[in-house]
Amino acid sequence: MTTALLPLLVAAPLTVAGILVLTRPPLWLSRTLLLAPSAASLVISTALLWVTRDGEILSHNVALWADGISIPFVVDTFSALMLWTTSLLVLVCGAFAVAVGDDKASYFGPLVLVLSAGVTGALMTGDLFNLFVFIEVMLLPAYGLLAMLGSLRRLRSGRIYVTLNLLTSTVFLAGVALVYGAAGTVNIGQLAGAASESPMVAVGMGVVILALSVKSAVVPVHGWLARTYPSTSPAVTALFSGLHTKIAIYAIYRLYAVVFDGDSTYLWIGVVVFSATMLVGVLGAVGEDTTRSILVFHMVSQIGYILLGVALFTELGLIAGIFYLIHHMIVKASLFLSTGAIEHTHGTGALNRLGGIARHEPLLAIAFMAAALSLAGLPPFSGFVAKLTLVAGAFQAGEWMAAAVAVAVSLFTLMSMLKIWGGVFWGKEPEPKRPVDEPHEAGGSTTVLVRPKVPTSLLLPGVVLAATTLCIGLGATVLLDLSATAAANLLDTSTYVEAVLG
Amino acid sequence: MTLAITIGVLVFGAVFLMLQRGLVRIILGFVMLGHAVNLMLMSAGGTFRRAQPLLGYNDADVASDPLPQAFVLTAIVIAFSITIYMLTLAATGSDDDTEDAS
Repeated sequence: MTTALLPLLVAAPLTVAGILVLTRPPLWLSRTLLLAPSAASLVISTALLWVTRDGEILSHNVALWADGISIPFVVDTFSALMLWTTSLLVLVCGAFAVAVGDDKASYFGPLVLVLSAGVTGALMTGDLFNLFVFIEVMLLPAYGLLAMLGSLRRLRSGRIYVTLNLLTSTVFLAGVALVYGAAGTVNIGQLAGAASESPMVAVGMGVVILALSVKSAVVPVHGWLARTYPSTSPAVTALFSGLHTKIAIYAIYRLYAVVFDGDSTYLWIGVVVFSATMLVGVLGAVGEDTTRSILVFHMVSQIGYILLGVALFTELGLIAGIFYLIHHMIVKASLFLSTGAIEHTHGTGALNRLGGIARHEPLLAIAFMAAALSLAGLPPFSGFVAKLTLVAGAFQAGEWMAAAVAVAVSLFTLMSMLKIWGGVFWGKEPEPKRPVDEPHEAGGSTTVLVRPKVPTSLLLPGVVLAATTLCIGLGATVLLDLSATAAANLLDTSTYVEAVLG
Repeated sequence: MTLAITIGVLVFGAVFLMLQRGLVRIILGFVMLGHAVNLMLMSAGGTFRRAQPLLGYNDADVASDPLPQAFVLTAIVIAFSITIYMLTLAATGSDDDTEDAS
């Protein structure tokens, strides 16, 4: 494989997006063009995973500029894993959006493609300023997607989302300026270990990591997530949940490992903050009464788990964190998509307006239950392996409190998954009456007496992802081995730095 | 020194404006904050070297650092596009500026 093709992973979706905007092809063609790049990217990232499975690192200086002034694109096991998962999610969520009909809105396809290009670039880049640019490339279409269907409520949450992200991006940029002023470079390879040697660089990188923490919704700066995510369409929520916050988490892992060199001076801050994130997130979910807002609060709590891995910064901790990250992206999207299918068909996600769905939709119920149990961390699903490794890692590092919080929060998670289960899937069916304040879009108001059936095309995305978490749970060694290689690269960054510097 | 004071004043104004209720004022705050950070980037490159960064014209120790200027140019474009988008948001849902949005 020639590394000069790496930039194509970013360029191809951008080109297709441009073609879609300019030519406005018929619906079937635009749907193919929407899904084809992510399908191709899934295949390519599988190949990349295969190449990097032993810890080999691919890198390419974009446009062949000399080392040091070029922007390097780097792929190691960690980024290949992330690339694989993000392309899977874009593909599945894209298929769901097509099934729901979200893609009929103008520019839906191009926006999703630009979003995925930004994500891919952010995962591959080895340059701090370029990371900022790709995060912006990822966010700009997100603003459009969030507000696209344009009711006033969505515009309001769109405002929170845009202002919050603009503020944190500006803070991120200020951090980059401080790093450049202190170290004279923004190349992550040249910055290796700089923050553990010089406190000035550490302050600059601290500002960068603070901005990334806001973007990944760490307590106490998590409020925006719960306000904005539930108010867009289910497919878009699933897409955002899998991509946005996770890119920030990936960047925190990468930057802390390379630039701070895993400096143990600052780790206790992470342990405290991320334990609080686990706890506050899960408690926030208790007060919520629609499926998606419950799931969004769980996302906050799960982000605490994922980031605990980097706060431990031991081999086991990092393996657990990376495994957890991949597991979480898949499971969360599965939950959003299966509840989204219900929400779309029945016109509401409110727990007290739904009930008895398990009787009519056994397959959907099984998929939801599988993903929910996986989220709570029960065997044989991937969540069990993820949590077990993480708790073991916390014990090994001597962080008893964090381990105890992780176990306790699992119980709360299970409790609130059961709340959704009891409210939506079990219990009595509500009266077949359509509330007057609901928009009359799905089904139309004349067919209310017939219980709507979730079509297979809406069912499949959630089921596919639920099956993926079961497979990961049953064959956990494959992903554990890959996570171990990725963790080894984070612990010993010399190969990464060599690859970045050429 | 001048740069540091300017950045401080800009950030002061930006924070004040962003704590206001109306979206237009918040946007103006963001514009000011953007300028402050751009100046920070410029000062990161060192302001004591002012000559053109062209090889053959000047020595390297007087030539200004072109990299922060490229950063600032990129950041300006991004901030500009988001500002326009936010102005659109302010214009489309103008009623809830003064009310307490739930």
